[in-house]
Amino acid sequence: MATADIHVDEGLQHHDDHEHDHHDQNFWTKYVFSEDHKTIAKQFLITGIFWALLGGLMSVLFRLQLGFPDMSLEWLRPILGGWLTDAGKLDTEFYLALVTMHGTIMVFFVLTAGLSGTFSNFLIPLQVGARDMASGFMNMLSYWFFFASSAVMFTSLFLSTGPASGGWVIYPPLSALPQAMSGSGLGMTLWLVSMALFIISTLLGGINYVTTVINLRTKGMSFSKLPLTIWAFFLTAVIGLLSFPVLFAAALLLIFDRSFGTSFYLSDIYIGGEALPNSGGSPVLFQHLFWFLGHPEVYIVLLPALGITSEIISTNSRKPIFGYRAMIGSLLGIAILSFIVWAHHMFVTGMNPFLGSIFMLLTLIIAVPSAVKVFNYLTTLWRGNLVFTPAMLFSIGLVSFFISGGLTGIHLGNAAIDIQLHDTYFVVAHFHIVMGSASFFGMLAGIYHWFPKMFGRMMDRRLGYLHFWLTFIGVYMVFFPMHYIGMAGFPRRYYSFTNFDAFNSFADLNALISVAAIITLAAQFIFLFNFFYCIFRGRKASANPWKSNTLEWTTPRNPGHGNWPGEIPTVYRWPYDYSKPGAEEDFIPQHIPYSETPESNLPHENDLVRIETQDGDAIRVSDQGTEE
Amino acid sequence: MFEIIITIGVVLLLVIIFMLFRIGRIVGIIKGSDKQLVSGSNQVNAVLFLVFLLVFGGLFVWYSYAHFDSYNLPVASEHGVVTDRLFWITTAVTGVVFFITQFLLFTFPLRYQYRDDRKAHFYPDNHKLEIAWTVVPAIVLAGLVTSGLMVWSDITDTAPEDSEVVEIMGHQFAWKVRYPGKDNKMGGFDYRLTMDDNPMGVDFSDQNSFDDFSAGQIYLPVNKNVKFQIRARDVLHSVYLPHFRQKMDAVPGMPTTFWFKPTKTTEQMRQETGNAEFNYELACTEICGNGHFSMRMMVIVVEEAEYNEWKAKQESMIQKDPGLLKYVSQNLQEVAMIKSGLESAPTNTEQDKSEEPDSSM
Repeated sequence: MATADIHVDEGLQHHDDHEHDHHDQNFWTKYVFSEDHKTIAKQFLITGIFWALLGGLMSVLFRLQLGFPDMSLEWLRPILGGWLTDAGKLDTEFYLALVTMHGTIMVFFVLTAGLSGTFSNFLIPLQVGARDMASGFMNMLSYWFFFASSAVMFTSLFLSTGPASGGWVIYPPLSALPQAMSGSGLGMTLWLVSMALFIISTLLGGINYVTTVINLRTKGMSFSKLPLTIWAFFLTAVIGLLSFPVLFAAALLLIFDRSFGTSFYLSDIYIGGEALPNSGGSPVLFQHLFWFLGHPEVYIVLLPALGITSEIISTNSRKPIFGYRAMIGSLLGIAILSFIVWAHHMFVTGMNPFLGSIFMLLTLIIAVPSAVKVFNYLTTLWRGNLVFTPAMLFSIGLVSFFISGGLTGIHLGNAAIDIQLHDTYFVVAHFHIVMGSASFFGMLAGIYHWFPKMFGRMMDRRLGYLHFWLTFIGVYMVFFPMHYIGMAGFPRRYYSFTNFDAFNSFADLNALISVAAIITLAAQFIFLFNFFYCIFRGRKASANPWKSNTLEWTTPRNPGHGNWPGEIPTVYRWPYDYSKPGAEEDFIPQHIPYSETPESNLPHENDLVRIETQDGDAIRVSDQGTEE
Repeated sequence: MFEIIITIGVVLLLVIIFMLFRIGRIVGIIKGSDKQLVSGSNQVNAVLFLVFLLVFGGLFVWYSYAHFDSYNLPVASEHGVVTDRLFWITTAVTGVVFFITQFLLFTFPLRYQYRDDRKAHFYPDNHKLEIAWTVVPAIVLAGLVTSGLMVWSDITDTAPEDSEVVEIMGHQFAWKVRYPGKDNKMGGFDYRLTMDDNPMGVDFSDQNSFDDFSAGQIYLPVNKNVKFQIRARDVLHSVYLPHFRQKMDAVPGMPTTFWFKPTKTTEQMRQETGNAEFNYELACTEICGNGHFSMRMMVIVVEEAEYNEWKAKQESMIQKDPGLLKYVSQNLQEVAMIKSGLESAPTNTEQDKSEEPDSSM
């Protein structure tokens, strides 16, 4: 393995030198059609931020309807136009369109592309010690397919019949029949086209991530020395590669049903005054296919956030992550189990109840590796020397959400309890906390932590604190009360609750949630200001502002194409040697050989010194280590 | 004019905030605090975590206790009592974990905040500890799974033979309900037979359907097993009776079923809740289009005697609309007339048994 790495590195290095000698990049190849993983990462990030803002604004719109049902939204007519009724309220179908697009945007465009796209791209080459991704061209394609997908989805917002509005899970027959709702017309077609492009983007990106991690690790960077971020990105990419094609198949069959008269999902339907000829299909089939992606998707969203958090918590606790191997083991466990729990979304869909039993069993097993992660985070904090950077605050916030939202998963994973809770606000509370907010916090933590490496400048710390506390309190104020509303049985995706005696309460909580949602969204503008202001005017960052161990901090302040001006550093130790007894500083970066740190080496590490020196030419510090 | 003033006010406010931000930065640079890894704000954040724990923990406990009645939905079915108990057991178990872990998470920041003179404890792993907190959750979860599996298999078991059968069909955006009539046999259906005067697509060539009747509300007998036969005509719907802890999707082309035993009549529930207007309701919980939030149907639970009385009074579909006889084949017209109650029965009923209807849809 090691020899293979060296060959690849040399080849790439040679290639890069060649390029630097003869080829100056113009504006287009440097900033637009760039093949540099760092630029592509920023492109994903900025696009992700745009979508997050739009998705957030949509949620505030429908929260206005839910929190203040009598409020006139006439003042929004210049933007919403015909989507308001004459009374100045949201159109009922537009409400569903908002809910649908909010879900689609947040899950796919923000927390998949915005999170994985940004940090896998940015960190994989930098942390494994590679010049760039395995295929820079494919990486560029990955972004531009995502851009095309975004453009199509964005266009669908302006259709007169509205964007897709059958829920982000687009269950047929509702999504298959334009007669059923107008959003299932052209809006749904564009949704499917957009998702097809999105899947291509994800696959192009994922193949690159996996290949880069396997093939382009620098000398000494064995899998057992990889930072947990890379483990998380690697497994995320593998999950994506295996599950997204299934969504592609599901979407393709839906396209066939919609446009070519097939009956994969349709059967026995009488709608709009006529009986359709479709027969033999099953809507439940779609649900199986959808959730075969849909559930792993939850982990595609969550695992990168957990990886980022592991790194940040360890760095800012000035302490090794507790149970490095257990953390990898639990990531692996979650990744594998994520494929065999999908039908817990379908306990009451008419699926065979025996199948429900099996999936209930498997679902509750996945709670074990999740619990291990939480305990390991807590032990990492225990007796640490905690530095509260904004990134650290968001990471602690993530752990809190992961606990709060994860525990309610134990309720929902239990089929018997799920009968009552399914499709109520309890579910909304659960997944917004554990998947939405936790991953969102992971993304923000990552931005605060790696901003200095991305832009060479620091973000403002005080604004970061303000942003964190407003968002943290805001998120809990939005989603925690939803548990109560859900326990009272309120169904989700309801435009209003006044039709039912059973649901005609909680006006106070709903108003509170809406106010909290508005405050939370407003707090994000603090972040936006901080982010864009500091790109240009932030204080210049030092090379290693957080005193971190991983390789990206050995690059220059603004790493150029190829990341390291000279040779790529060799890796000698795991990335978590923080506060090692005997060491002068409270951190020892990965590229420092054991031969340089005899004072802090553990017994078995002293043995490694000999191996280091046998490798002769690759060692920066030559024979001095053996004299000790 | 008013808008302009507001706009100016907002702009001024933003400018002031921006100025404050600039001043803060400059002060930070002068003091040099922005260059240090750890500044005074480290302690502020550590304290804030503790404050957050106390305030939000307090709010959580207070609301859960003080407003228990507003979010705890009264239960009115036999299996509902069991699943509710399971819910609360799970809540108790997870609640303990919740409080312990969040307590540690929010108190560690204050206890272990950065100090220059201290070094973190180098503690990379401890296999015994890790095995312990893998095995313990596994055992606890195994317990929860086992109890859940037993309850689930009981609930989803085949409905007892003597269950009252009710057919519920969802369509955009209402429910249709059909009872099997005096013969206790539900007639067949076929979506292709759906017409304006036959919205449920009942197959009137099936003799069992002759005495079937539809209803505008769901009447159920108390303390008797009830079996819902659920289907949908156009898109997915979901039959949800919150007080009975009952939920099952209505799927076009794939009839589903759910059985349960109501334990309280509407009247008893009115007394229990102290709400004289109380009514059981049926709601839709699967997104089905514009009117998703308005698919309500009233459910009335009465004593068995009263239920039988109500049932006896109901007119069959054909009786209500004799025009439906046109869907009945010629040779069965008379049987249909008699069975549906349009005509009183003659003494000899041998005849209709000999003629098998061609209803193998």
